[in-house]
Amino acid sequence: MSDVNDFIKHDDAVDRIDAEAVNSKTKRVDYAARKKIFPKRASGTFRQLKWWIMAITLGIYYITPWLRWDRGEYAPDQAVLINLGTRRFYFFFIEIWPQEFFFVAGLLVMAGIGLFLVTSTVGRAWCGYSCPQTVWVDLFLVVERFVEGERNARIKLDKGPWTTNKTVKRVVKHTIWILISIATGGAWIFYFGDAPTLFIDLFTLQASFAAYATVAALAATTYIFGGLMREQVCTYMCPWPRIQAAMLDENSLTVTYNDWRGEPRSRHAKRLKREGKVSGDCVDCNACVAVCPMGIDIRDGQQLECITCALCIDACDGVMQKIGLEKGLIAYATLSEYSANMALAQTTGPDGTVVLDPSNIRDKSGKFSDKLAHTNWRSFIRPRTIVYSVIYAAIGIALMVALLIRDRLDLNILHDRNPLFVTLSDGSVRNGYEVKILNMITHPRSFGLKIVGLPGATIRFSGSDLDQSGEIILDVGADKLRAVHLFVTVPKEHVSSDRTTFDFLVRDMNGEETVQTNSTFNAPKR
Amino acid sequence: MSDKEVDTFSGVETTGHEWDGITELNNPLPRWWLWTWYATIAFSLGYVIYYPAIPLISSYTQGISGETTRSVVEKDLAAAEQAKSGMVQKILDTPLEEIRTDDALFRFATAGGQSLYKVYCTQCHGSGAQGAPGFPNLNDDDWLWGGDLETIYTTIAHGVRNDEDDDARFSDMMAFGEDDMLSGTEIVAVSEFVRKISGQEHNADNATTGIEIFADNCAACHGDDGLGGRDLGAPNLGDALWLYGGSLNEIATQIRTPKHGVMPAWLGRLGEASVKQLTVYIHSLGGGEKELASAE
Repeated sequence: MSDVNDFIKHDDAVDRIDAEAVNSKTKRVDYAARKKIFPKRASGTFRQLKWWIMAITLGIYYITPWLRWDRGEYAPDQAVLINLGTRRFYFFFIEIWPQEFFFVAGLLVMAGIGLFLVTSTVGRAWCGYSCPQTVWVDLFLVVERFVEGERNARIKLDKGPWTTNKTVKRVVKHTIWILISIATGGAWIFYFGDAPTLFIDLFTLQASFAAYATVAALAATTYIFGGLMREQVCTYMCPWPRIQAAMLDENSLTVTYNDWRGEPRSRHAKRLKREGKVSGDCVDCNACVAVCPMGIDIRDGQQLECITCALCIDACDGVMQKIGLEKGLIAYATLSEYSANMALAQTTGPDGTVVLDPSNIRDKSGKFSDKLAHTNWRSFIRPRTIVYSVIYAAIGIALMVALLIRDRLDLNILHDRNPLFVTLSDGSVRNGYEVKILNMITHPRSFGLKIVGLPGATIRFSGSDLDQSGEIILDVGADKLRAVHLFVTVPKEHVSSDRTTFDFLVRDMNGEETVQTNSTFNAPKR
Repeated sequence: MSDKEVDTFSGVETTGHEWDGITELNNPLPRWWLWTWYATIAFSLGYVIYYPAIPLISSYTQGISGETTRSVVEKDLAAAEQAKSGMVQKILDTPLEEIRTDDALFRFATAGGQSLYKVYCTQCHGSGAQGAPGFPNLNDDDWLWGGDLETIYTTIAHGVRNDEDDDARFSDMMAFGEDDMLSGTEIVAVSEFVRKISGQEHNADNATTGIEIFADNCAACHGDDGLGGRDLGAPNLGDALWLYGGSLNEIATQIRTPKHGVMPAWLGRLGEASVKQLTVYIHSLGGGEKELASAE
């Protein structure tokens, strides 16, 4: 039964790392000060992926405000701009007015549903790869490693006395962290103003107090969350780890220690074999613990703290390769796949106890048994993910359609309510209206405004004494709302009812666009 | 007190309190909480020293800042007064017609005029200046004493038929019925004639009888054609608007025992700048006339 261990060439080739999973459940004590974590640098597929994602996400964050987009002379040329002063949001070729904010709300709902979809298929991928907390902690760890050295050097430095060397290293590290933090906060405000101008203003002390306060607040949170609090933010502050438990099921990928092939773990597989005992693939080298930024031992099973950054997979794969075993002792696996393999690996002994027997999963030559379950892309397609995808796509299509058919000209009419109407000395009746024309494009336009469905009506600008029949011309500036107060007078002989519904019609004098908005004309009861 | 009980299961000292066999552990307060608490204590000490804080029997501790909520409000009010003083001065220095045509001054005047109107004028003229029986509607184009800026200003500044201002608008219609100047039938006849002038339904025979009565008794103030006279505040009887109602009965009642509106003089109470703001605001409501109209 122990032939399977023949292929373990030299388990002693792997050094055991003296790493402690400070946040593992058994070590957790209430009211104890936080124990520092000194993650070892991992290398492998997932680490490589994380570098790329870090570069892309940070790149998008820092570069976006500097992109230019020509909108002509009447609008800013910044590609992405949230102008709180004029309440306009620019995103490349799209411009959004405050009343169109539902587009942003829709995108946020899509982001939420997208997060559900990602979580239900590949688990906490958001946490492990693209959450700003993870990305900035990763960046801060790069700095820490650059200044203070690898894990052992950092531990030694931390435990050692406050020598000049230690002071210098600490000052340098924190200075770089603070500079990164300020750059992070600084980049944020560039989304709210013209980036080049704001950049110069910031350095020449010309920017507004709000700008400096925002930079300071965001720099402080970046420094504190990314540099000082790190994993505590995920474990204690963030609500998302709690919420996403509802999205995970037995078909979601999670970083899993495959104990069905790893256990019983041992540093002395060869000796155990000589003694006729079984041992699993885990050589208990602690590499997975040493690289973990959350301070846990993945071999304890699924834990709240695990952000599925997959660095333990990289670490373990490296070890497995070194000792000539298949990769994937720690791997992305679904619960159903894991359970099937666990059932396969278990043997019920004569006394009724259930034991793991590695021979169940390997054939004589040491190859994995054909019966092992493997997760493939089909497990992504299931009712839950289909529902999320459909909702996601439906909102996306609805927003696209809304964007394509939205009006760039709008007309709002507010009927004066006090007085509702005024009888004039010749018996004619006058009503007042606040007319608002919204020219939602980045060029000035001329509009013709007229009344439809109110015979004999004349229009007069408030403050003028000229009653006009027919169309009146109103110029509205680029990207502006123009409000005018108008009096509409209907001669006595045309006043037929105490309440007449009619329309204001506005048309672009040099284009096709027209908008019609209805209102009412009130007169005394007769 | 010295012997401390320790919970055997958790190894944590207990408070000694026990309910139904459940003991309360004496865990330390979270440090962030404790430090926040200390910080609030430090803050409150500073607060008590800086601001008025502790009530005494007949007074209170003043605090070294000397600042109270009342003094803050007073300072704010003074600042607001200071802030608008420039515009107020401009209103005083600028003729009414120029205020109306200057965009910034016009907006300042109508905004101020509107809030003054809400406080001093709505009681009679209504919140929308729409008036009420006996109280003129200020939105329409029918003015008893004139509707251009100057005449509106005079009316507001000095009021109508009050005892407090010698320059108040004044006119008095005789009580033709009560003082037995006209008989009941004569009053009905002239009322029918007035209805004829204003283009309403009327008894043609009576109206014809009324022509002469009108010429003898009414035309002096209301004009030969009955279109009124603003110098005397005599209403236009030919239009569609009636201050006291346009039915036969209402017209006859007004001839028998006339009612007269009274308005206070506002110049002394509100000051020149406010009256000018009110004038521009009233003029802007839709019935404002050009200067020329008063000359006619």
